[in-house]
Amino acid sequence: MNLLGIIEEIEKADPEFQDRVSPRRAAIKNITSFGSKVAVAALPLYFSTIMKKAYGQTATPSVNDVLNYALKLEYLEAAFYNAGVSSNISFSATEKSYLVTIQGHENAHVKFLQTALGSAAVAQNTQGTNGAYDFTAGGTFSDVLTNPDTFFAVAQAFEDTGVRAYKGQAGFLVGNQTILTAALDIHSAEARHASAIRQLRRARGASTTKPWIVGANDTGLAAVNGNYAGEDNVSQGGVTITSLNGVSDNVSSSAATAAFDEPLTSAQVVALVAPFGVK
Amino acid sequence: MKTETQLENGDVNMARRSFLRFAGAGVAAVGALSMASCKKDKNPQNTNGVDIGAKGDLAILNYAYALEQLEAAFYINVAAHIYTGASDDEIKLLTDIRDHEVAHREFFKTALGKNAIKELTPNFSSIDFSSRTAVLTAAKAFEDTGVSAYNGAGYFIQNPDYLLIAGKIVSVEARHASYIRNLLNPGSFADNTILDPNGMDKPQTIGQVLSIANSYLTTKVNAFNYGYVVS
Repeated sequence: MNLLGIIEEIEKADPEFQDRVSPRRAAIKNITSFGSKVAVAALPLYFSTIMKKAYGQTATPSVNDVLNYALKLEYLEAAFYNAGVSSNISFSATEKSYLVTIQGHENAHVKFLQTALGSAAVAQNTQGTNGAYDFTAGGTFSDVLTNPDTFFAVAQAFEDTGVRAYKGQAGFLVGNQTILTAALDIHSAEARHASAIRQLRRARGASTTKPWIVGANDTGLAAVNGNYAGEDNVSQGGVTITSLNGVSDNVSSSAATAAFDEPLTSAQVVALVAPFGVK
Repeated sequence: MKTETQLENGDVNMARRSFLRFAGAGVAAVGALSMASCKKDKNPQNTNGVDIGAKGDLAILNYAYALEQLEAAFYINVAAHIYTGASDDEIKLLTDIRDHEVAHREFFKTALGKNAIKELTPNFSSIDFSSRTAVLTAAKAFEDTGVSAYNGAGYFIQNPDYLLIAGKIVSVEARHASYIRNLLNPGSFADNTILDPNGMDKPQTIGQVLSIANSYLTTKVNAFNYGYVVS
């Protein structure tokens, strides 16, 4: 089976083929580097997985689509923490150190995704107004860069939404060891952030805010109801979690919702972040 | 990109396709191995271990079930013997974590049904449950290991619905990890011992994870078909 010949034929018909299945041009050709060790029988199977991803469903976003969607969200988050850290908001030393840590990660995620996408990466200056966002979301959070409580509330919504956004894309990356694993590794880092921001809010007096999402919108901000839509789901894979045995009784509704984070579709997320300038 | 792991990736597809035909192969192989290492034992079921099974989604789900069993058992112990000096808030949130882990365990047990591995017997004799530092250090290990396990095994999962459920659970484990880490050392919720320079969690292989998990288990967990067997 002349695998490389087939790939070249596909490239002639579809020049973007490689970009869509791999962030690194010519990565497919590197299949030959496995040559001596991979069982011959495994190659067509691996190849068919790639083909299925590339052409299986017209509605399925390409790998580059997924990565650019992630990059746009990371641009927003990075710019948000850059603005917060350099603002005059009166953060405690602990709060500031948490924010600086998260700021570093979000900027690192941007760089990682830009590198993975190469020339296919969406440019930052296509976002907002010449790259500048409106963190008030059209005035909804008017004191976001002066009032620490508003800043943290928006930070929490961004982090929780980021977790949901990555989760919603995993199904489009099934079996893709490199890209899926990278997406999962960012996904859990965002969840660590979300928890940390929630811990800071709890310490600031938001006593009902826990490190995990209980029920639907538990932020106390009605403006972000959409960011938490569906988080109160208690049914997983056909199993009603509240009907399972807990420690002393059935699993409570609070535990059932908190124990499973829910995804959002890209359409849902795009609508939620559009008021900030994400395009 | 490692050749070995790509090889596994290719094999997963193959394993799925032929799952029905070869479902028994993994068990038989482990049986043979157990027999070889313990000749007196005629029945491999009598060996004090369990294998997650033939390559495929069920094995990965059983892998997750094994880890959730361990975590649930740990936090049940924590909540039943709260360490000295715990604040009310710590007690409340550690109890929440216990309830999440029990929900995860029971979910896998129910979803896997007759395909579920048996109930594992934990061994926490190395943990001083009266010591805050000891408990939180162990909790940190469990949570970070759980996150790295789901992240490292995600690409083996072929069914997108199962992958989504793994995603729903791993982010909750990461929320736990973040909280536990900050209890031990404020600000360490995502430090560079667990994240790489790209700000990404470091995944771990099934073998790496099980060697950690098995240090807290009387019932050892093997993953023969993923290249990991306790000697």
